[in-house]
Amino acid sequence: MTVGLFLTQALNGLQLGILLFLLAAGLTLVFGIMNFVNLAHGSLYMMGAYFAAAVFNWTGSFVLAGLIGVPATMLLGVVVERVALIRLYRRDHLDQVLATFGLILFFNELVRIIWGPASVYMNTPAALSGTVELFGLRYPSYRFAIIGVGLAVGIGLYLLIHRTRIGMLIRAGATHPEIVAAMGVNVRRLNTIVFGLGAGLAGLAGLMAGPIVSVQPGMGEPILILTLVVIVTGGIGSIRGAFYGALIVGIVDTIGRAFLPTLLREFLERSLAQAAGPAIASMLIYVLMALVLAIRPQGLFPVRHA
Amino acid sequence: MSPAVRRRVDARVVVAVLLLGGLALVPMISSLIGGPFYITLFTRIVIFALAAVGLNLILGYGALVSFGHAMYIGIGAYAVGILSHHGVGSGWIQLAAALAVGAVVAVVIGLVCLRTSGMAFIMITLAFAQMFYFLAISLKQYGGDDGLTIAARSDFGVFTLASNTVLYYTALGVLVACLIAFHRLVYSRFGMVLRGCRSNERRMAALGFPTLRYKLTAYVISALVCVIAGMLLANLTKFSAPSYMAWQASGDLIVMIVLGGMGTIVGPVAGAVALLILEEILSGWTTHWMIVLGPAIVLIVLTAKRGIYGYLVERTARHAEAGASPS
Repeated sequence: MTVGLFLTQALNGLQLGILLFLLAAGLTLVFGIMNFVNLAHGSLYMMGAYFAAAVFNWTGSFVLAGLIGVPATMLLGVVVERVALIRLYRRDHLDQVLATFGLILFFNELVRIIWGPASVYMNTPAALSGTVELFGLRYPSYRFAIIGVGLAVGIGLYLLIHRTRIGMLIRAGATHPEIVAAMGVNVRRLNTIVFGLGAGLAGLAGLMAGPIVSVQPGMGEPILILTLVVIVTGGIGSIRGAFYGALIVGIVDTIGRAFLPTLLREFLERSLAQAAGPAIASMLIYVLMALVLAIRPQGLFPVRHA
Repeated sequence: MSPAVRRRVDARVVVAVLLLGGLALVPMISSLIGGPFYITLFTRIVIFALAAVGLNLILGYGALVSFGHAMYIGIGAYAVGILSHHGVGSGWIQLAAALAVGAVVAVVIGLVCLRTSGMAFIMITLAFAQMFYFLAISLKQYGGDDGLTIAARSDFGVFTLASNTVLYYTALGVLVACLIAFHRLVYSRFGMVLRGCRSNERRMAALGFPTLRYKLTAYVISALVCVIAGMLLANLTKFSAPSYMAWQASGDLIVMIVLGGMGTIVGPVAGAVALLILEEILSGWTTHWMIVLGPAIVLIVLTAKRGIYGYLVERTARHAEAGASPS
């Protein structure tokens, strides 16, 4: 039984990690290419979830929710980039952080005005509402779908970045933007493409998370913070780092929350363990991040500069 | 000192004295208008001004953008809350405990955070603040999510903070003391080294300065100022809650600094006054005031070069110049 429970929690951790990867990949790409930090990335995730939930509740089709929600988020990202963020690329990080902080306040209030302060519910699509049996363990098939989508995106991103022309430009733009521009590449358009890609991934994360979390104002911030932990742990600017970092953070967080309180009870007094268990479990990933930084300040999988 | 520089110095003194003098008159004006509301509002403003001044030491003079200083406000607030929950009402004990805990936390977290710089520093300070936020939520015995009500305000023996006016002037006194101390600090050798690290840390290190030690000291000092602000805040609201260390609170502190004038001693005070009054006015108009504040912050970032304080000093100096030159 405990093995089954452990496996379930490990799968939950994997699924959280995959969601984090979808967000971290976009954030780290934007950071790596444009040296721009976008705290409003969590807001794009929230907008993606709202778009998807709205379309899904209107048409009842999850596919349609994805087909409309993800491009809508992408479009929103591009508009935000063109209107506000493009003016900030040459500014220092402080200005970027503050301006995107302002955007978060704006988007949170915007969804509160349009959809109200309460959560919007989104059901799992009927085709995926069952469970799958794996090694005698029943696990919701929708969560498997999230894992599958995330892995597919991971492979797709790898192919995009390492096997296509646009990917080559992205890699070149990350290390030598001036030379790429001097070779006649439109860096502005490249930036917009990367930003749109990141926004689309955030929208996809919002769509996939919609049925398993409550879609509400401010839902982007907690996951944004986790995403920041992921990319700092994995190495800022590196997609590989984002992938492994997301899996590590997702699994450590989930397993820690599930088992640490019980584990502490073995060593500590019952009352003390009950008080300290959840507190320590919620701090676990930050301690992990601190440890990683103490040993490797550049992160676990930093970008390799050739 | 050339006349132009002297006028600039004079203008700074004029603006600072006007700003602080105005704040000193608040309780009288408030009692004239007959509203305890204003004194509460302005106590909040002075407390956040204090926190912003503290953060500005590393943000403005050290270029260390900490997005997690609300955490230290929370530590100060919880020191008052938890001790008074256990029946310890003495302000001195609360102050000692808050400063001790704050210093230990700041040294440990500062050492980890200062291993990185730039973007990673912003993200890590944010993440650590979030860690303390969740820690406060998980403290079920101290109110958890709902926060902790404080029965009585701190008692400092010779005076207690029970009266709103005493609390206000205590906060203002701490703020003025902090401004004077920071003025001396920033223009001391220590401040020179810190500002040197801001411009070119590698060169400072090559000159033989142990830069990490200087930056860590500045980080701890700025954290402790925020701890004291947190204690005052808990006394004002008689409440300590996880929301004090929410990351929006850290963001607000940075907005105050940028709005008021980064890297100036008095600037954050002007920023705190402006931002909190703006919030008060906006929230009076509509419950959805954030929809205005958000874009306003974006505009401030895009347009404010030297902040309100820088602008005021510039203006006062120009006035003085116009008055001095026979034209």
